[in-house]
Amino acid sequence: MENLDLISILGSTIRLSIPLIFTALAGLFTERAGVFDIGLEGKMLFSAFAAAVAAFMTGSPWLGLLAGITVSVLISLIHGFASITNRGNQIVSGVAINFLASGLTAVLGQAWFSQGGRTPPLAASARFTEIVFPYAAELRDTGFLGRFYANIISGHNILTYLAFLAVPASWWVLYRTRFGLRLRAVGENPGAVDTAGISVTFLRYRATICAGILCGFAGTYLSIAQSAGFVKDMSAGKGYIALAALIFAKWRPVPVMLACLLFGFLDAFANFMQGKSVPGIGEVPVQIFQALPYVLTCVLLAGFIGVARPPKAGGVPYVKER
Amino acid sequence: MSPTPTAAPAIELIGIDKKFGAVHANKNINLTVAKGSIHGIIGENGAGKSTLMSILYGFYHADAGSIRINGQNTVIQDSQAAISAGIGMVHQHFMLVENFSVLENVILGVEGGALLGRGVSDARSALKRLEADYGLEVDPDAIIEELPVGLQQRVEILKALYRGAEILILDEPTGVLTPAEADHLFKILGVLRDQGKTIVLITHKLREIMAITDTVSVMRRGEMVATRRTTETTVEELAELMVGRRVLLRVEKGPAAPSDVVLSVRNLTVKDGRGVTMVDNVSFDVRAGEVVGIAGVAGNGQSELLEAITGIRKPASGEILIHGKPVTGFDSARLRALGLGHIPEDRHHMGLVLGFEESENSVLGYHRDSRYGRGPLLDLDACREDAKAKIEKYDIRPPNCRLKTANFSGGNQQKIVVAREIERDPALLVVGQPTRGVDIGAIEFIHRRLIAMRDAGKAVLLVSVELDEIRSLSDRILVMFAGRVVGEKTPDTGEQTLGLMMAGIAA
Ligand SMILES: Nc1ncnc2c1ncn2[C@@H]1O[C@H](COP(=O)(O)OP(=O)(O)O)[C@@H](O)[C@H]1O
Ligand SMILES: [Mg+2]
Repeated sequence: MENLDLISILGSTIRLSIPLIFTALAGLFTERAGVFDIGLEGKMLFSAFAAAVAAFMTGSPWLGLLAGITVSVLISLIHGFASITNRGNQIVSGVAINFLASGLTAVLGQAWFSQGGRTPPLAASARFTEIVFPYAAELRDTGFLGRFYANIISGHNILTYLAFLAVPASWWVLYRTRFGLRLRAVGENPGAVDTAGISVTFLRYRATICAGILCGFAGTYLSIAQSAGFVKDMSAGKGYIALAALIFAKWRPVPVMLACLLFGFLDAFANFMQGKSVPGIGEVPVQIFQALPYVLTCVLLAGFIGVARPPKAGGVPYVKER
Repeated sequence: MSPTPTAAPAIELIGIDKKFGAVHANKNINLTVAKGSIHGIIGENGAGKSTLMSILYGFYHADAGSIRINGQNTVIQDSQAAISAGIGMVHQHFMLVENFSVLENVILGVEGGALLGRGVSDARSALKRLEADYGLEVDPDAIIEELPVGLQQRVEILKALYRGAEILILDEPTGVLTPAEADHLFKILGVLRDQGKTIVLITHKLREIMAITDTVSVMRRGEMVATRRTTETTVEELAELMVGRRVLLRVEKGPAAPSDVVLSVRNLTVKDGRGVTMVDNVSFDVRAGEVVGIAGVAGNGQSELLEAITGIRKPASGEILIHGKPVTGFDSARLRALGLGHIPEDRHHMGLVLGFEESENSVLGYHRDSRYGRGPLLDLDACREDAKAKIEKYDIRPPNCRLKTANFSGGNQQKIVVAREIERDPALLVVGQPTRGVDIGAIEFIHRRLIAMRDAGKAVLLVSVELDEIRSLSDRILVMFAGRVVGEKTPDTGEQTLGLMMAGIAA
């Protein structure tokens, strides 16, 4: 019984972590390039909506993914236009995107489908469904390892596996390629990049496009992999949790994944504890568990993980002539 | 080392003009620099030197004018174009990524391929060669922020050389260096010139110009006012050209008339944040009507001494008295109330809030005074009137008390601090590096103000790493080395004697 609980909590930990991982990696790209990205939440929501609509219209999850990514990249470009080209305030631009996403997706959803802001439920063929690995069914009842294989390793949709691939891929891009070197440099000292003969503007745009693509995966996962359609405000603050994970991980890819898994675990644990009583205390309001990721971030940032130094040029538009 | 007259000049700037909004930074500038020479550009802060060279490096775009490199018309639309034309620049504020290694900084922009692997190892060996050729040793794997500024500068030079620079521009390279480091830099520049490279050196230190350049150009308020062969000019002439009038390079002052002791420091020991003893059992007095100068190489405890006296850092032991009253451990507000004025060493870090208006900085620290407001409210009109009076009296330019402080030049920013502290008429004025990064016109002005304070019977404690400044202002000189006062000298003591004491060699 105990084991079964652990396995199921771990299984849902993974499912809940995936959107966080994609989103936090998205933030990693923009913020390391010196552009603050509060709008992750909004991008995720926009792409969730776009993916659900496209999957419903075409019946293809892949076209849904394509739509999700396209819309998310477009929103990123708007953020880039406001904060890179026009040197606007990056926080304001991001917050505006979040409000816009929350309002516009609900309004469009209602206008197009008249289902209270939802999109119509998707058939299984229009979704990313679980991939079952060989022998998973046979091994399901053969002790802990078997269950682990069947429920944790096997049985997820393709986007889940892509999320875990995206982590080393991001690391490789950031630390092993010319683009990554320049991207990390522009977030610390855009002057160094400029005087090295590289366009700061173009570089930062490319970073926000990377973020758009990753957010597109996150949103698509929410609406057509984890669920079977778009629901109003379904991102539910995950963009902010992803930002917390990013800070927590000090803007590094592998720690980002671990932080997201931790937050996913807390979420899964909260769900699991719902309605259950804690020995000696009784039933604990579920909100306590839901608050845990935030509390944890505050506590850990306040002293346990050392100084989380953000990229030095973060949030500051590059202005040469006053 | 006279350049061959037949070769085309390395650099020709023709009619360069540049405006930043209302500021006319470069007015129709013409400049020719011969190949294989060291050319100095001097001028006061804000004269437009950095702007001109940044245009040559493609960092700014000129509004008008053209550029020829080695006799070829060259369009430099960005730094990439400048680099391809063989130009390298070491900026006044280093353009380094601080959390990158030396190697990563060097290859940024010339990575040699989309993947880093090969380029990095090529760069490593190329760097080794450059180090050996020019005596520019630096660990390629060191992280920039852990290197002292002297080495950071070396990385900037390596960056330029690695990109194949034949023309090297250095913008005020010695501002951050100790005299020994500066000498070393000049040696390197000499080697580079002997190998046929062309060097442009921006500075406002006349001595450096005389010591190392072949030719020198003077800029004043956006204009190029003169170009001379260094051997055919003098420090006095250059100073006059720079400022546009005759300047006194040494203040005139009468003998001091010291009276009562104002500041007493007794067996003071101060530790820094890491617990290292920076000031070690120091005792001295400063009397009304005298300037006591503390000489020493930067980092020998002067900063911590100042911080302890002005209430910014708590001493570990010992006593500080003002007018005989113990004030050890008082905070700066209480000390100010007792008549202490403080011109801090680093105006950006401690003296000013750069984002504030001039008028706000001009009352900062005294803003609780009843003159500037009542209760929690500030009387902005009173602050601005007061600021205007100071602007007038101290000739702070531009004369606009509503302008953001960051938009004033270094010399004028320093005058804002000096005006604020001196106009309070303190009995004791503690001054750190009063003219660091300040042009000579303003230096002269600030020096005269300090002497006027002394003559008005105030006690002045002066800390400076500029030996000239210490010698020309002080009535008594204390030399600090490794946290201790290693001796007291009169201001007519030779530079060499003081230099040896500062190095901890003689007492
Ligand atoms: N990026 C900039 N934007 C606006 N004004 C500037 C900028 N850089 C320099 N200036 C102004 O141009 C003038 C010349 O500055 P600068 O070339 O830095 O002088 P110098 O290097 O001789 O001290 C100054 O008045 C300065 O305030
Ligand atoms: Mg300059």
